[in-house]
Amino acid sequence: MIRTEGLTKHYGRIAAVEDVGLEVRDGDVYGFLGANGSGKTTTVRMLLGLVLPTSGSIEVLGRSMPGSGREVLPRIGAMVEGPGFYPQLSGRANLAVFDASGPGRDRPSRAGRIDDALAQVGLDGVDRRPVRAYSLGMRQRLGLAAALLRRPRLLVLDEPTNGLDPQGIREIRRLLLDLNAAGTTVFLSSHLLTEIEQMCTRVGVLDRGRLVLQDQLEHLQRPTGRTVVRTPDTDAALALLDGHVERQEGDTIWVRADDPLALNASLVRVGVRVLELGPERHTLEDVVLQAATASGDRR
Amino acid sequence: MIGVELRKLLWSRRTWVTILLIDALPTLVGVLLAVTDLGPRPGTGPAFLSAVLTDGTLFPLAALAIVLPLFLPIAVAVTAGEAIAGEAQQGTLRYLLVRPVGRTRLLVAKLVSVMAFVVLTVVVVAATAYVVGTLLLGSDSVSAGTTSVSGSGLSTQEMALRTLLALAYAMLCMLGVAAIALFLSTVVRSPLSAALGTMGVLATSTVLLTLDAAHLLQPYLPTRYWLAFVDLFRDPILWRDVERGVLLQVVYVVVFLGAAWANFMTKDITD
Repeated sequence: MIRTEGLTKHYGRIAAVEDVGLEVRDGDVYGFLGANGSGKTTTVRMLLGLVLPTSGSIEVLGRSMPGSGREVLPRIGAMVEGPGFYPQLSGRANLAVFDASGPGRDRPSRAGRIDDALAQVGLDGVDRRPVRAYSLGMRQRLGLAAALLRRPRLLVLDEPTNGLDPQGIREIRRLLLDLNAAGTTVFLSSHLLTEIEQMCTRVGVLDRGRLVLQDQLEHLQRPTGRTVVRTPDTDAALALLDGHVERQEGDTIWVRADDPLALNASLVRVGVRVLELGPERHTLEDVVLQAATASGDRR
Repeated sequence: MIGVELRKLLWSRRTWVTILLIDALPTLVGVLLAVTDLGPRPGTGPAFLSAVLTDGTLFPLAALAIVLPLFLPIAVAVTAGEAIAGEAQQGTLRYLLVRPVGRTRLLVAKLVSVMAFVVLTVVVVAATAYVVGTLLLGSDSVSAGTTSVSGSGLSTQEMALRTLLALAYAMLCMLGVAAIALFLSTVVRSPLSAALGTMGVLATSTVLLTLDAAHLLQPYLPTRYWLAFVDLFRDPILWRDVERGVLLQVVYVVVFLGAAWANFMTKDITD
C-alpha cells in the first residue's frame, strides 16, 4: 500500500526526515508514532505529494508519488494536521465544494455520498449553520467525512481524534475499525500511544526524523519471559519459588518462568492462594521509549 | 475547477460588498455633478468628466476612468493576493491539492476567477453609470453622434467599438496587476502581505511616474500606460501609447504568471 525507500527531506540545513523506509501492507491499521516535531507530518505530506522529498522514493497503491498523484490521490482519503474548511459555508456545502474539485467528480451520486459520509461520522443531524460556528470536535468529524467522501481504499489520517471527547474518540475508533474490516487500509499518525495500542496492527516509530522501529504490534507486545503473580500468601510463594523471583512489590511477585500454567499449578499444589497470574508482556510504551532513546544516543 | 472557483466568487458576500463600494464612488460623483452642475473644466480632472454634463451617455466611460487608477487595482490586488495564500491560511489548500486538483489547474482557475471579478465589477460600474448618466446628467446629444475627445463627431457604432477596445485594454492592465498579486500569493504566507505587496508595487510605480529623475525607468513601470485608453477616443485614434501599454502589460503578465507557476509547482505546502 505504502512503501518508501530512503525518504529524506531537508529544509535548508535542517533534516526533517532522514532515510525513512515505511512499509504499510494492504489491510493494515498502521500506527505512525512520534513526538511532536519528529517529522511525522512532513512524512505524511510527502506521501500525499504536498511536500516534495529531497531524495528517496515513495510508492503508494503501487504507483510512484508524487509523479502519479492524479491516479493515486483520488483513491486516498486524507486528513492532514487538522481539518480545513471554508468558514462561511455549511458543512454540507464544504463537502460539495471539495467533491466538485479535481478529477473523478461524480455529480449524480454526490448528494448521496455526502449524506453517507456525514452519517458515518455522526454528523447526519447537522443543520445549515456555517462551519465557522462548529465546535472543534464537529470540525474534526467533518474533516473525516471529507476524507471518506470518495470511499477511498487508503485512509491517511493525521491525529484524527484530536479535539474529540472520550465518547467521540470511541465512535471514531469504531468507525475506522469497521472500515478496515470492510477492506480499507488505514494509516494513522498520532502521538498518543494508547490510541495506537488500541487500534493498530502494525506500528512505526519516528524519532527526530528517523524511523527507529517498525513491526507488527503483536510482536512488539510479546511476552517478556516473566510471569506476574499476585497473592496474599507472599511468604509461602517466595519460599517455593526461591531463586526464580526477580522482584517483589507488596503482594505482587515477578517470577522468571515462561510457562504460567505450570507455575500456577505448582503454587496451588502447595496451598498458595493466587489472586492473579499471567505472563508479563512488553508494553508499547517501553518499546517505544527504548527505541527512541537509543536513537538519541546515536546522534 | 474553474466552475468551482467561479461559484466561490459569486457566493462570497465580500465580492458583492467590494463591487458595491467600488460602484459607490462614480455614483456619488454623478449625483454631485447633477446636483451642483459644476463640471471640471475641459482638460482637467478625470477623463471624460467635463463632457458628461452635456452628454450623460458618456458617464460610463468617465466612471471607469475614475475607478481604474485606484479602486479597481486595489480590489484586484486583494482578490488575487488571496488566491493561494488565502486558501493556505484557511487550511483548504492542502485539501484541494490532495483531491487532487493539479497545481497548474488551480492557478489557472484562480486567475480566471480574478478576471471574472474584474469583468463583473466593470459591468456593474458601467451599467450603474449609464443609468445615473441618462437619468441625472445632460442628454444634449440626442442626435446619433457623440463628440470625440478631439472634438469631431463619432457615430454610435464607432463609439461602441471604441468602448469595447477601451474595456479590453483596461482588463489587460488589471490582468497585469493580477499576475503580480498571484505571484506574491504563491510566495508569502498571508493574503494580506500579498495584497499589500502588490499595492506597494503600484504605489511605487505611480510615485516614480511623477519624478523626472526616474525618466529612464518610466517606460517600464506597470502603471505607465494605464490611462492610455483615453487615446482610443481621439480622432484619429492615437495608437502609440496603447500599443506600448499592451506590450508592457503582456510582458508583465508573462513574467509574473511564469514566476507564479514555477514557484507554486515546486513549493512545499507546509501550512
